[in-house]
Parts: sequence; structure tokens; C-alpha cells
Amino acid sequence: MSAHSTAIGVSSKRGVWGGGNEPLKASYGKLMMWFFLLSDIFTFAAFLITYIGIRVSYPAYAGPATDFVGSNEYWPIPELVFDAIPFVHGVHLPLVFVGLMTFILIASSVTMVLAVEAGHRNDRNDVVKWMLWTLFGGITFLGCQAWEWNHFIHGSDTGAVLNYINVFSQNVTETVFGANLVVNEYGPASFANLFFFITGFHGFHVTIGVILLFMVFYQAAVGVYDRRGHYEMVEKVGLYWHFVDLVWVFVFTLFYLI
Amino acid sequence: MDIQENKSTLSVVPRNDDKIKKIWKTALILLLITAAEFVMAFTMPRGILLYVLFMVLTVWKAKYIMMEFMHLGDEVKPLIYSILVPIVFLFWLIVVLVKEGTVIFSLRWY
Repeated sequence: MSAHSTAIGVSSKRGVWGGGNEPLKASYGKLMMWFFLLSDIFTFAAFLITYIGIRVSYPAYAGPATDFVGSNEYWPIPELVFDAIPFVHGVHLPLVFVGLMTFILIASSVTMVLAVEAGHRNDRNDVVKWMLWTLFGGITFLGCQAWEWNHFIHGSDTGAVLNYINVFSQNVTETVFGANLVVNEYGPASFANLFFFITGFHGFHVTIGVILLFMVFYQAAVGVYDRRGHYEMVEKVGLYWHFVDLVWVFVFTLFYLI
Repeated sequence: MDIQENKSTLSVVPRNDDKIKKIWKTALILLLITAAEFVMAFTMPRGILLYVLFMVLTVWKAKYIMMEFMHLGDEVKPLIYSILVPIVFLFWLIVVLVKEGTVIFSLRWY
């Protein structure tokens, strides 16, 4: 028994396979989180690149912005679709609300990285404080997105007159308000479908993230990580949370700016 | 041999102000890039130049988030490459789907 253990201890080459090593100098959990995120990058990229593909298959609205009306013949101008904010009805404030959402998510990413930094220092109080701020940012973002969806689904006061094929395969011309998966007042049906699927999938990730953040916040607060001896779980969940922010950066550019 | 075990008390390391300053600096850069994108959306004419600028700024932001916030820059090189190299395949998907979309455009509208 003792002979075997010395053999492993002496030879550094055999030590590679002797156990107790971390491939790529990262722990198992962190490595697996990175590879999960890589697979998630592909999922979101498939969504977003599909958006680009469908976007270029439609003509862009070419007239002056002031005369814009929604039509399923051309792609809408995003700043004229997303121009509302809560509590102020009928005021044209293009992209202000979504800019605020972006700011909230970036801010919560900053507080998350501060929590990770505090975790490296084993500082329980700082971890709990910054996790709470991150949690607050995440929940606020979800609330904003709920309002955004609500507004998108119910639509404007005027709506748009569209000619389209409804669910009963009838060709109808009528005033359409808001959006669903068949028709929407903003643009082609794909526009609303992509909006629902991409921001919905991202919102689903944020929801999972908020649950994970709460678990880490709770476990840090009751001292689980102190007893465990390290705060690596903060780091792993932090990776996930930053990824959610990373995806939003792309969603923001593709959906709201271009 | 040193075996990791569960310790009940951990010694708290004092704050390193340089590290924290760097985090806030990165946050400021992200904020400024977003603000620049915002201004560009309203001042520049829509067109291929604006879209390319948007994509460049977005990838620049993504670089800061991955390298600074996710600490990918602090990992060993093989890990960095095993995350970044597979993303190269996505450029092919972009080329294919843009081409496909252009063809559908010409079939549908002409």
C-alpha cells in the first residue's frame, strides 16, 4: 500500500493520472458551467441569426419615420414600435424603456461581479449585500419585461389595417391591435414571433437565474459556504448571470437598434 | 499531503481597492458604449455602415463581459480557446442564413 502511494507521489508524469488534478486548472463545476454556457451560446445564436435571416428576407420601411404605419409587407422601425414607458400614456419616447432595462441588467452584472470578488475574500457580509443587489436588479428586469410584453401584446390605440390570412385560412382585412402569433400591427407575423421566442427564451433564462441567485444568497447568508470552506458557488452562478447579460447585449442590438 | 476539508471559520481577506476599481471601470466602459449606441441609433442614417458599427460595438461589449466579468481572461489558454474557437462556426451560419434570406427576398418581392 505504502509502496504504491510513494510511486504516485514521486513520479510527476504518473501524477497526472493519479487523481486530484484539475483539467485546465479549473474546478469541475466551473468547467461544466463554461461548457453549458457554450452550448447555450449556440442556442441563442441560432435564434438571433435566424432573426437576421428572416429580417433580410423582408424589405425595410423606407419612408419618413413620422409617416410610419405598421404593415406585414415590410419590417418595422424598432424605435417606433418600442416607444412607450409605464405610467406615461401616448408619449413618444423611443427606446427609453428598453435602454433602462439594459442599464438595470448591466448594473446587476456589476453587483454580481462584486459578489464574486467578495467571495474570493471569504467576506460573507459583502457577498450577502451584493447578492441582494443582484437579486433586486434581476427581479426588476423581469418586471420590466413583463410590462414590455403586456404592452406589445395589447398594442397601440390606433392599431393598423392589415390584410392577412387568419387561423381559419380566411383572407381578411381588418384593424389589428397588438400582437399574437398569427398577426400583429407592427410588421410581418415573423416579427412578433421572433420577439416572443427570443425575449421569451432570454426571460426564461433570467427567471432561472433569479432562482439560482436567491439560493446562493440564502446559502451565503446562513453560512453554508463558510462551513464548506469556499465561495465557489457564487462564482459558478455568477458565470451564468453574466451570460444572461451577455445575451441581452446581443438581443438589444439586433432587436431594438438594427 | 494537504487534503481539502470543511473548515468552520474562514479568515476574511481585506478589500483590494485596485480590483474593485477595475470592476467599476469596466462597468463605466460598458455604460459608455451602450450610450454611444443609443446616440448613434437616433443621429446616424440607417444603412450598412450603422449596422456594422452596431455589431462591432456589441462584440466589443461582449469581450469586456466575457474577459473581465466572467474572468475568462484569467483562465489558462486551452480553456479560453476551447470556449472561443467553436464560436467561429457561427460566422458560417450567419453567411448561410443571410444568403438564404436574400434569395427569399428576391423570390418574394420580384
